[in-house]
Amino acid sequence: MTSYNDHSGSGASATILPFAEPQRAARDTRPLRLITCGSVDDGKSTLIGRLLWDTKAVKEDQAATLKRDSGAQNDLGLPDFALLLDGLQAEREQGITIDVAYRYFSTDRRSFIVADTPGHEQYTRNMATGASTADLAVLLTDARTGILEQTRRHATIAALMGIRQFVLAVNKIDLVGYDKAIFEKIAHDFKELAATLGVRQITAIPMSALKGENVVLSGHSAMPWYEGPTLIETLELATTRSAQTGGFRLPVQRVSRPGESFRGYQGTVAGGAVRPGDSVVVLPSGMVANVKQIVTFDLVRNAAVAGDAITLVLDRQVDVSRGDMIVSIDAQPLTGHHFDAQIVALQAGGIEPGKRYWLKSGSRRQRVSVAPLSQLELSSGKWKTHEDTLAMNAIGKVLLSFDETAIFDIYEQNRSTGAFILIDPDTLNTVAGGMITAKRSQADAAHRDGQRVVLSLPADLADQLMSTEIFAARRDEADVRRVSAARAADLMKDLEA
Amino acid sequence: MPPDAATRTDKPMQSHTEFDPQSKDKAAKPPLDPHLKALENEAIHIFREVAAEFERPVMLYSIGKDSSVLLHLARKAFYPGKIPFPLLHIDTGWKFPEMIAFRDEMAEAFGLNLVVHTNPRGASEGISPFTHGSSYHTDVMKTEALRQALDLGQYDAAFGGARRDEEASRAKERIYSFRTPDHKWDPRNQRPELWNIYNGMVRRGESVRAFPLSNWTEVDIWRYIQAENIPLPPLYFAKPRKFVERDGMLMWAEDPRFEALPGEQVQEGMLRFRTLGCWPLTGGIRSTASTLDEVIAELEIATVSERQGRAIDRDQAGSMEKKKREGYF
Ligand SMILES: Nc1nc2c(ncn2[C@@H]2O[C@H](COP(=O)(O)OP(=O)(O)O)[C@@H](O)[C@H]2O)c(=O)[nH]1
Repeated sequence: MTSYNDHSGSGASATILPFAEPQRAARDTRPLRLITCGSVDDGKSTLIGRLLWDTKAVKEDQAATLKRDSGAQNDLGLPDFALLLDGLQAEREQGITIDVAYRYFSTDRRSFIVADTPGHEQYTRNMATGASTADLAVLLTDARTGILEQTRRHATIAALMGIRQFVLAVNKIDLVGYDKAIFEKIAHDFKELAATLGVRQITAIPMSALKGENVVLSGHSAMPWYEGPTLIETLELATTRSAQTGGFRLPVQRVSRPGESFRGYQGTVAGGAVRPGDSVVVLPSGMVANVKQIVTFDLVRNAAVAGDAITLVLDRQVDVSRGDMIVSIDAQPLTGHHFDAQIVALQAGGIEPGKRYWLKSGSRRQRVSVAPLSQLELSSGKWKTHEDTLAMNAIGKVLLSFDETAIFDIYEQNRSTGAFILIDPDTLNTVAGGMITAKRSQADAAHRDGQRVVLSLPADLADQLMSTEIFAARRDEADVRRVSAARAADLMKDLEA
Repeated sequence: MPPDAATRTDKPMQSHTEFDPQSKDKAAKPPLDPHLKALENEAIHIFREVAAEFERPVMLYSIGKDSSVLLHLARKAFYPGKIPFPLLHIDTGWKFPEMIAFRDEMAEAFGLNLVVHTNPRGASEGISPFTHGSSYHTDVMKTEALRQALDLGQYDAAFGGARRDEEASRAKERIYSFRTPDHKWDPRNQRPELWNIYNGMVRRGESVRAFPLSNWTEVDIWRYIQAENIPLPPLYFAKPRKFVERDGMLMWAEDPRFEALPGEQVQEGMLRFRTLGCWPLTGGIRSTASTLDEVIAELEIATVSERQGRAIDRDQAGSMEKKKREGYF
């Protein structure tokens, strides 16, 4: 079994399409955004170079520059792809990539934007950046080593950032004699790992990036036992995220008033769809109106969907300004002063408890204070209590407290209206990226330091409970005491008595 | 009817296809394919965001195809209003005359607020790419001139048409590219950009360059021009032109300031340009593609990247990065 898919049932054969999308007509032709992750030397540069090369995205003169700069070529007569990719002089001198680079290539069917992030230490912040816009993650592993801790780290970050389609590239399969059993073992291990992260759309592909087998061109002659898709076929069939289900959301970027008779609200639809006549609410004011017109340069439209940049005209005078959100009346986002979120700290200073930051989400910018609650331990995937500064590259759960009403959806439900950045008011730099996980009621937030529940549990149960996500967020509400099973039973008896 | 609807009947200046300004039935235009639509939506979003967050934005207008697309997108972004910022052209004095004519036609047709700046120091010293060399000419007449113009206008945001696929050092460029008060770009100290949430907070004197076309490729640009009937300067289309071959580059030879070197033969042949700039630094290519469809057909089989015609990039590997650090766009 080489292709894993939840919808395919058990005993999936290798011919099952990776991301069930049977109708060619319904194929998504929007650009697919993907991120590639791997440890140093897994062959990431070679793989991306291969994708660009075999899809003819590398032009002759660029190849010539490449050959001139790299001097020697490898034994296949290909240039050193790393030179093609490492764009910046500063990095080239140090021989490392330090940032996120974007690459473009296309096939007859679709075009692709690759966020290329380095595999070394600072990868968390770079990966989070690249993953924030990605629809799919390609995780590389060396066939000789299989799934390593690093693979787990990368997969964890990708899942956390909301990526729900994974491709496992089992690279350098040529170096293990194209061994089917080795591939299947790695694919199996990975499937188990991904399941713990809640990711179910997984395709594992044995490949040799160096030789170009199963990347763009088929590797069938070297691996007749593999009947699944090549990487490019998998990418062509993957789905792009769309927030078209759920309520209508229009974060207002600007108000257009070219003359007395026209007033339109300009923005990009961040969720759902809208038609003239629909009833909407303006948040945070709560004013109600109906949609009169959807204006664009080309025509007055009779509908707009998520992703469309539009100008909305309402049927009555209401007070709307930049930073407001116009939403459907029957499926509104969450509004409040306290939210739970997960953040990735991006800068050297980290994220300090109690410090007031600027938070920007959509077109809305407001002051917020951030209280760290716990931190994700990437090596184990567990959340540990952590109420101090979250250092650079840390992933933490935090409580956000606002002076003025904030408007969000849960990130899982809407990747636009559930995402935000934090800006340091001193440096004005972007210091964190974050995702909303829940709204807290006023009472919840206020009682944070108040009552704590005492739980006495057998040690193994206590450990399990404490490693769950739900518990990590509410860590400060409970005291967990580890006791023996017998003691727990005694306690229960005492309580009942 | 929106009050500014008059703009809509403006007639594009150059009919590179069978575009008929009379058949202005907007509904008749086939919808953009989802790929181009996604790129267009993203660019409009960026335009609106910058216009809303910055006090004094400006759009760099260099007359080429990317600028033409940028201009078209800006008109779309603010419709039914007008573009709420000026367009800035840095005129080195060595642009193709066809570019200047086209620029002025566009400004007239779309009622643009066009600002043209030439470096007065360079102009008085008579800087020329021939006598002073391409790199010095570019430093003074482009990079320094741009800094002057941005300072003069006190602009805190400048739109540019750069694309990440153009050149290796651009692959890591942000959509909002932060610049220090002396216009320096520090590639190691860029602000992270997540989702489509842009950090537009700057201090007085600091600025950003904003690139709405970051995610477009050259093919996207051409296909969009075709789908949207965007007017282009005639230099993009082949016609008989006089030129010489110099250092492997086909140099246009019709300007009065052109001087043939000993042994050089001025030839005449079908020539067009893939990028536009200063004529002494912009090589043409032999081509018979005289319509948009033909240009695109040629492009899709082309194996040479578009910047090849530019002398700047070939000076040395990493030269573009160096220029950018110094403030070149
Ligand atoms: N035999 C073999 N070698 C590979 C393959 N992919 C990459 N390599 C080699 O592995 C080394 C590291 O590759 P590189 O792409 O630089 O790794 P990165 O650090 O992940 O970018 C290079 O010497 C590559 O030539 C493969 O599929 N088969």
